[in-house]
Amino acid sequence: MKENLIVREAARLLIPFILLFGFYVIAHGEISPGGGFQGGVILASAFILYTLVYGSKDSERVLSFRVSDPLASLGVLIYAGVGVATMLLGGLFLDYNELNPAHPPAGQALGISLVELGVGITVSAVMITLFNEITRALRK
Amino acid sequence: MTTYTLDIILLFLLVISAVAAISVRSLLAASMFLAIYSLLMAQIWVHLQAVDVAFTEAAVGAGISTVLLVGTLVYIKADEAPAPLIHWPSLAAVMITGAVLIYGTLDMPPFGDPTAPTNLHVAPYYIAHSLEQTQVPNFVTSVLASYRGYDTLFETAVIFTAGISLILLLRQSSKHRRKKRS
Amino acid sequence: MQWLGHYNYWIYIALMMIGFYAVIAKPNLVKKVIGLGLFQTAAFLLYISIGMVEGGTAPIAWEHAILYVNPLPHVLILTAIVVAVSTLAVALALVIAINRAYGTVESDQIDAQDIKPGR
Repeated sequence: MKENLIVREAARLLIPFILLFGFYVIAHGEISPGGGFQGGVILASAFILYTLVYGSKDSERVLSFRVSDPLASLGVLIYAGVGVATMLLGGLFLDYNELNPAHPPAGQALGISLVELGVGITVSAVMITLFNEITRALRK
Repeated sequence: MTTYTLDIILLFLLVISAVAAISVRSLLAASMFLAIYSLLMAQIWVHLQAVDVAFTEAAVGAGISTVLLVGTLVYIKADEAPAPLIHWPSLAAVMITGAVLIYGTLDMPPFGDPTAPTNLHVAPYYIAHSLEQTQVPNFVTSVLASYRGYDTLFETAVIFTAGISLILLLRQSSKHRRKKRS
Repeated sequence: MQWLGHYNYWIYIALMMIGFYAVIAKPNLVKKVIGLGLFQTAAFLLYISIGMVEGGTAPIAWEHAILYVNPLPHVLILTAIVVAVSTLAVALALVIAINRAYGTVESDQIDAQDIKPGR
């Protein structure tokens, strides 16, 4: 689809805004509808749009599987890491109150933000992986 | 009156798209009907005030599911083979299951009842204390990430497992494929 | 939808049964996967409708709100939606692998190929 001028230019304009919107949804999951899952899927859809328009060779150079595989595990690591960190700080597993002993609700907000970030990273990396693997044999 | 018309139209379109999705022989058309079904579901959920769920269903159901289905269809060059219209034993099994489920719903509380058992035990505690305990206005996010944090941790692990399964099933190195051909 | 009374649950059950019929009656594997998706999404609708409270607003803190909708079913269904798409992805990967091995995705033709003598 690279030859089609309209599709190429429209995708070039849209993809940065889709990425920005994905990060916005992850970050604002506490105030408005959204959160880790929704934002992660939107980030993945920006990358899928790039692959559909510019081909798999170009998108492999942008985000190869050597990057998306570790990113998928990084998100789960962040989530479990927050749990272990609260244990090391003296509380139970995933007890966010320990993240800020002076003001526990602030610790809860920090914990929720970190956890949503981890979920967003994993979901976006896994959705990109799913798309790449299913379309693998179509590569030239 | 406008809410009645919206309900009737949405439910009617939903049933039509579901029946169409399983009846058409072209698999590409069936995937498109599934996408329409997901989007209509998202609209019904907004109507039922479930905004987070509608957001997720619109992104995941109408977006990712459709892309994955269409990507699979590129390998499968054939459409569905012609088959008899109704398979009677399956229809009988489906009717019996449906009748049992309908018998089960006769016990349910009226729709939208604030004193139904589901709305009485833990939910009022979450709604009352979530803002002061977590400083997060979105109750769904605070319940998802803080009050029920374990479930979300293992759900993330499930998504990760799906990614790993796809890698194991479909990613063959070119070296392996050359060895198989020789 | 409360004007429908119990009938709205029956419509959701009808949607579930349409998907269920596709899973057990259609020999094509992709149709089975599509039917599974229909079934799962209709089951989510049943759960969300259970959590509805009449006159309630979306479960986000708002100063003008009198009553909120029950947020617990929303949390459960959020998890379930993501698990459903994971299941769909793995099912489609299996369909692709079966297509590579047998050359078809109709389950009766696959069974016929398996029963060949000398295999």
